[in-house]
Amino acid sequence: MNFENWTCPLPLQDYPSIVIGHGGGGKLSAELVEHLFLPAFRNSVLENLGDSSVMPALAGRLAFSTDSFVVKPLFFPGGCIGDLAVNGTVNDLAMSGARPLYLSAGFIVEEGFPMSSLAQIVQRMAVAAEKAGVQIVTGDTKVVERGHGDGCYINTAGIGVLADGLRIGPRQAQPGDVVIVSGSIGDHGMAIMSVREGLEFETTIESDCAALNHMVDEMLETSTDIHVLRDPTRGGVASSLNEIAGQSKVGIAIDETKIPVKPEVASACELLGMDPIYVANEGKLLAIVAPHAAEAILARIQANPLGANARIIGTVTANHPGMLVAKTGIGGTRVIAMQIGEQLPRIC
Amino acid sequence: MKYMNEFRDGAVAQRMAGEIRRIVTRPWAIMEVCGGQTHSIIRNGIDQLLPQEIELIHGPGCPVCVTPLELIDKALAIASMPNVIFCSFGDMLRVPGSDRDLFRVKSEGGDVRIVYSPLDAVALARSNPDKEVVFFGIGFETTAPPNAMAVSLAKKQGLKNFSMLVSHVLVPPAIEAIMSSPLNRVQAFLAAGHVCSVMGYWQYPPLVDRFHVPIVVTGFEPLDVLEGIRRTVMLLEAGEAKVDNAYARVVSFEGNKPAQKMLSEVFETTDRKWRGIGSIPSSGWRLSEAYRDFDAELKFNVSGIVTHESALCHAGEVLQGALKPNQCPAFGKECTPRNPLGATMVSSEGACAAYYNYGRFVTLDAQQAVPVS
Repeated sequence: MNFENWTCPLPLQDYPSIVIGHGGGGKLSAELVEHLFLPAFRNSVLENLGDSSVMPALAGRLAFSTDSFVVKPLFFPGGCIGDLAVNGTVNDLAMSGARPLYLSAGFIVEEGFPMSSLAQIVQRMAVAAEKAGVQIVTGDTKVVERGHGDGCYINTAGIGVLADGLRIGPRQAQPGDVVIVSGSIGDHGMAIMSVREGLEFETTIESDCAALNHMVDEMLETSTDIHVLRDPTRGGVASSLNEIAGQSKVGIAIDETKIPVKPEVASACELLGMDPIYVANEGKLLAIVAPHAAEAILARIQANPLGANARIIGTVTANHPGMLVAKTGIGGTRVIAMQIGEQLPRIC
Repeated sequence: MKYMNEFRDGAVAQRMAGEIRRIVTRPWAIMEVCGGQTHSIIRNGIDQLLPQEIELIHGPGCPVCVTPLELIDKALAIASMPNVIFCSFGDMLRVPGSDRDLFRVKSEGGDVRIVYSPLDAVALARSNPDKEVVFFGIGFETTAPPNAMAVSLAKKQGLKNFSMLVSHVLVPPAIEAIMSSPLNRVQAFLAAGHVCSVMGYWQYPPLVDRFHVPIVVTGFEPLDVLEGIRRTVMLLEAGEAKVDNAYARVVSFEGNKPAQKMLSEVFETTDRKWRGIGSIPSSGWRLSEAYRDFDAELKFNVSGIVTHESALCHAGEVLQGALKPNQCPAFGKECTPRNPLGATMVSSEGACAAYYNYGRFVTLDAQQAVPVS
């Protein structure tokens, strides 16, 4: 589907922007569903248009996750809020080792939001869902008065199935385990930062926003000795590894020189006084795996186009439980602490 | 990153540290004045490469740490006023005033914005003629030229709705105050390279003569810091007090003349309170008579604000090197990065926050990297 050339089908063209009535449950709402959401997300479950969607019961264990998306700006290099909303929930499910199947999508749209922008977002969600192999089976739209929302907010929830025998979770890291990152870090956060703050760099930094469930499938095919999976979104690799160290009651030691950072991301961080290890990612995973399986899993990640730059960056240790410690580029060590709030640009 | 990675080479760093170990024969206490250098030391673990004899004292050169509480409270008061757009560098937003920080003011409806340059604030004033735009102009000599430029530009453009809350502080009077303190333990200084890129180092020979203390102009990358320390140790071991420049690729003796000219036009010297240290004579800049109309303190009449510094906080002694952070009774108890009592626990390179984060690790590992003397 080419959303760039999207033109409004009748009768949506009467409304170049969202009006309060589009969330009112009446005719305008129905038109939005019929002419925008249904054509984009089309699948047999959604087509029934019932108050709830009915799917066959699933065997084994279920994984269930929800996340809300409030990014600013809504469109950024490498993606938009629609891609984030699908990939974010898909990835949350995949990080428990689950195979994501169904998503819900709830939209809160501000009165006056351009219909064409909403259409672009919806089309990007459809493309992302297709890539990830999930179906959007239920949804909702509410409209809030102008000035009471930032254009468009999206909530997605998702259901996936979990194979028997998997025990992947943040408490499962064990001393001796190996820490893998699936590619360069900090891309998403700096992409957003560069457009949000109107900073002009010579090269465009693109978000890494992507669904990781196929990569996780491949990793599990290679070995089930995967103890922890985590997508290091807000707070970056630093926060994820700190949380894992805390929950598993182990120490994590990483080698900073092994962590892939794109030169343009490194430069932008340098300029703003930020540390890429705290910057958000939307298409990367951290895997903590048994040492004997590490090389095979790494090779399998690298064979996936999204994981070409994957690296082993550290190990889990019984020393310094609850703490993340890094070997620095000059051979010193530093403690990488949990961030208190947002990472702020430094004065000097 | 050309011209940066060259100064982060691990193998060269190890060799330089080896050279420092070779030449040192007894204990020395060296203060790095600048917060940027403290950050680099912590960020890269430079202190762990050094021999035990070298003690680095984190000086008062972090603008976030030394900006007086009174001024933070004035910023909070102005930022809370209706019709004001209050602009600041990012890391000032989390610095606690007497009862809240700028993030709180923002959540309560204040229009607080992070900018990357004071010129952005001038542009905001131009595009919002019905609003009062205030820039929080703090920092050392390094950040002063763009601030001077912003005020000068606002004057040229005839902007009536732009003003600056100024609390500039100066390095040489701080060195003088530290050396004059009866508590002083500092035997040599790494002078802040970026301050010197603006001011040169012509101000230092009189200090060297008066206090017989070596001062070495030092940069910020790991190899710069190590080279600054190496030269300092050489001078200390030789019993020689003089100014040396280990950052010659950026700093000249005279410094940036056009910047200095603009600074002397826009600012004038004033006594300044330093958070935790107290008042130091002639240690700050305020807007000069010709630019008084742009002084936010006068414009918004916030001069009557009284401050309450935590009685438990010993940040002043820490900033002067008289007390190690973990020797403060409140350290890690009443005072943590989550609930900082003083600014040295706020900024990641603040001496207390650095000790808090790294100290725990050292205790666990039973290393000797952080001397407690």
